[in-house]
Amino acid sequence: MATLETFYEVMRRQGITRRSFLKYCSLTAAALGLGPELVPQIVQAMETKPRTPVLWLHGLECTCCSESFIRSAHPLVKDVVLSMISLDYDDTLMASAGHHAEAILDEVMEKYKGNYILAVEGNPPLNQDGMSCIIGGKPFTDQLRKVAKDAKAIISWGSCASFGCVQAARPNPTRATPVHEVITDKPIIKVPGCPPIAEVMTGVITYMLTFDRIPELDRQGRPKMFYSQRIHDKCYRRPHFDAGQFVEAFDDEGARKGYCLYKVGCKGPTTYNACSTVRWNEGTSFPIQSGHGCIGCSEDGFWDKGSWYARQSDILQFGIEANADQVGTTAALGVGSIIAAHAAVSALKRAQHKGDV
Amino acid sequence: MAPLDDAKPVAVPADDPSAASAAGGRFLKAIYVYEVPVRVWHWVNALAILVLSVTGYLIANPLPSQPGEASANFLMGYIRFAHFAAAYIFAVGFIGRLYWAFAGNHHARQLFRFPFWDRHWWGELFLEARWYLFLERKPKLYVGHNPLAQFAMFWVIAVGSVFMIVTGFALYSEGAGQGSWQDRLFGWVIPLFGQSMDVHTWHHLGMWAILLFVIVHIYAAVREDIMSRQSIISTMISGVRTFKDAEAPADEEQERPVKRTLPAG
Repeated sequence: MATLETFYEVMRRQGITRRSFLKYCSLTAAALGLGPELVPQIVQAMETKPRTPVLWLHGLECTCCSESFIRSAHPLVKDVVLSMISLDYDDTLMASAGHHAEAILDEVMEKYKGNYILAVEGNPPLNQDGMSCIIGGKPFTDQLRKVAKDAKAIISWGSCASFGCVQAARPNPTRATPVHEVITDKPIIKVPGCPPIAEVMTGVITYMLTFDRIPELDRQGRPKMFYSQRIHDKCYRRPHFDAGQFVEAFDDEGARKGYCLYKVGCKGPTTYNACSTVRWNEGTSFPIQSGHGCIGCSEDGFWDKGSWYARQSDILQFGIEANADQVGTTAALGVGSIIAAHAAVSALKRAQHKGDV
Repeated sequence: MAPLDDAKPVAVPADDPSAASAAGGRFLKAIYVYEVPVRVWHWVNALAILVLSVTGYLIANPLPSQPGEASANFLMGYIRFAHFAAAYIFAVGFIGRLYWAFAGNHHARQLFRFPFWDRHWWGELFLEARWYLFLERKPKLYVGHNPLAQFAMFWVIAVGSVFMIVTGFALYSEGAGQGSWQDRLFGWVIPLFGQSMDVHTWHHLGMWAILLFVIVHIYAAVREDIMSRQSIISTMISGVRTFKDAEAPADEEQERPVKRTLPAG
C-alpha cells in the first residue's frame, strides 16, 4: 500500500484549484456549525494530515446507512471517500472481493495499529454462536472483536449499530446486540437513524479528520452537534402545535393545511435528530414536510414503542395493546366500582349496628 | 424527637356530662395534629395535582383543532404553561413539605416514614385492612394517620411525588435544552429509562397512580369521617383531631404518655 497522500494533495492531483479547495473548507465549516475563524484550521488539517484509514464493517443490516452515505452533498461523498479518508475496507463499495478483500483488513490493522477508525454498520447477533451473520466464513462477532481491538475509535452507523433497531426488536431471536454492548473498551460515536442523514455521517467523519478527536458526545454517546435537539424543537410545523392545530386523520382539512402531526403519532417531540434542520437529499425535504409524522427512527427501541400512528406508546407488559391512559382508565373504573360496592356494604353495616360506635 | 407539648389537648371534655353518659361513656377530646404549613401544603398540593392531571391528560390527548391562523392561537401553549407552572408549585411545595417534616411536629414526619422493621406497625396495618374488609367490628383510634393510610401516603405521595418530579423535570429538560439546570440535574433520567418515549409513558402511569390514590383517599376520608371514631376531613382544615369515644388512640402511648380526663359518668 502506498503512503497515504494528504487531502490537499489528492484534490490538487484531481485538478481542483486552491480557490475551490478553500471554498470547500468554508462550506464544510458551515455544515459543521463552526465559525469562520475555524476555517484555517480545517485548511491546515486538510493540507498536512494524511488521510485516515477507515475500515467499514457490515453486520446484520440492510445497507440503508451506506445508501444514505453515498448521497451526501455537503461534502460530496466522492470527496469523503476518495480524498478525505482512505476507505480501505467496505465490502459493499470496494472493488476487490473474497480473500483479497479480507487480506486488506489484516494489512491495514497491522500497518495502522491504533490509528484507524472502525465504522460499523449493523450489529452482531450473539445467539447460536453468532451463526446468524457470517462474513468470510466466520461469525461477524469475531470479525468485529478482532478489528475493534486496535481501532482508534468506533463509529456506530445507524440505529442497528447504536441501539439494535429492527433485528433487535422483540423477541430478537438472534440476540442482535448494539456495538457498545459488545465492545466496551473503545470510544464509540453513535450516529443513530434508520438511516442516519448523509450530511450527518460525512459531517462526523470530517470533524474527526479535521480536529483529530471525536466530536463532543451527549449522555447516550451521540454527537451533540447533530443530536442535541429534538425534531420538534426546530420543526417548521411547531407553531401549529403551540396553537393547538392538529391533523386528526391523514386526509382531513388539517392535513391539507399542514397542521401539526402530533395526534397522528408524530414522534418528533421524543426524537433527537437533525432532520428538521439539515433535512434529506440535499436539504430537499424530510418526513414531516412530506406530511407524515416522524417515526422516531433514531431513538432506542423505536420498533417496540407501539404504533407509529398513535401519540402514546403501547405497554406490552399488559399483553394486549394498551397505552398508559387505557391502563389508567381501566384501573380507575375498577377502583371506582370497588369503592361503590364498599360504600354500599359500609352503609348496610352501619344501618345494622346503628348507634354502636 | 418531637417536642412533647405539641399535641396538647385543646378542648378537654367540658361538654355537658348528661349527653356523654347518655351515649354510654362518650366524651370529646381534641388534639392539635396538623400545623398550618401542613394544611396549606395539603390544599395547595391537591389543587396542583388537579391542574397537573387535567393539563397533563390534555397534553397527551389534545383538544380538537382550533380554527384560524396559528399566530392567532396558543391553546396548547397555554395548557403546557399551566402544566409547567403547576409543576413548579408542586415541586417547590414538596420541598417545603419535606423541610417541615424536620421543622414541624412528629405528625409532619409521618408522610415520609415507612417503618418496615416495625412488626407492631404491620400488625396494626393488617388490622386496619381487616376493618376495611368488614372483618373487624371496630377500628383503632389514631391521632395521626392509621398505618394503612400511612403506607399508601408514603408510597404514592412521598415516593410518587419524587418520581413525578424527577421524570417531569427530565421531560421538561428536553425543551429547556442541553446544559440547562433541568438537564444537568434530571437529564440522566432519559437514558436510564431507555428513551424519552418511555419516560412519557411512566410519567403518565405515575399520574394514574396518584389519581387512584386520590379516589381512594377522598372516599376513605369521607367514610372515616362518618364511620370511624375520629374526625378526618375537618382536621385537615382546622388542624384539630376530635375523638368520638373514650378509648386511648392506638398511636398515642408509643409517642408519649398523655394525661387524659376520663368522663365523669
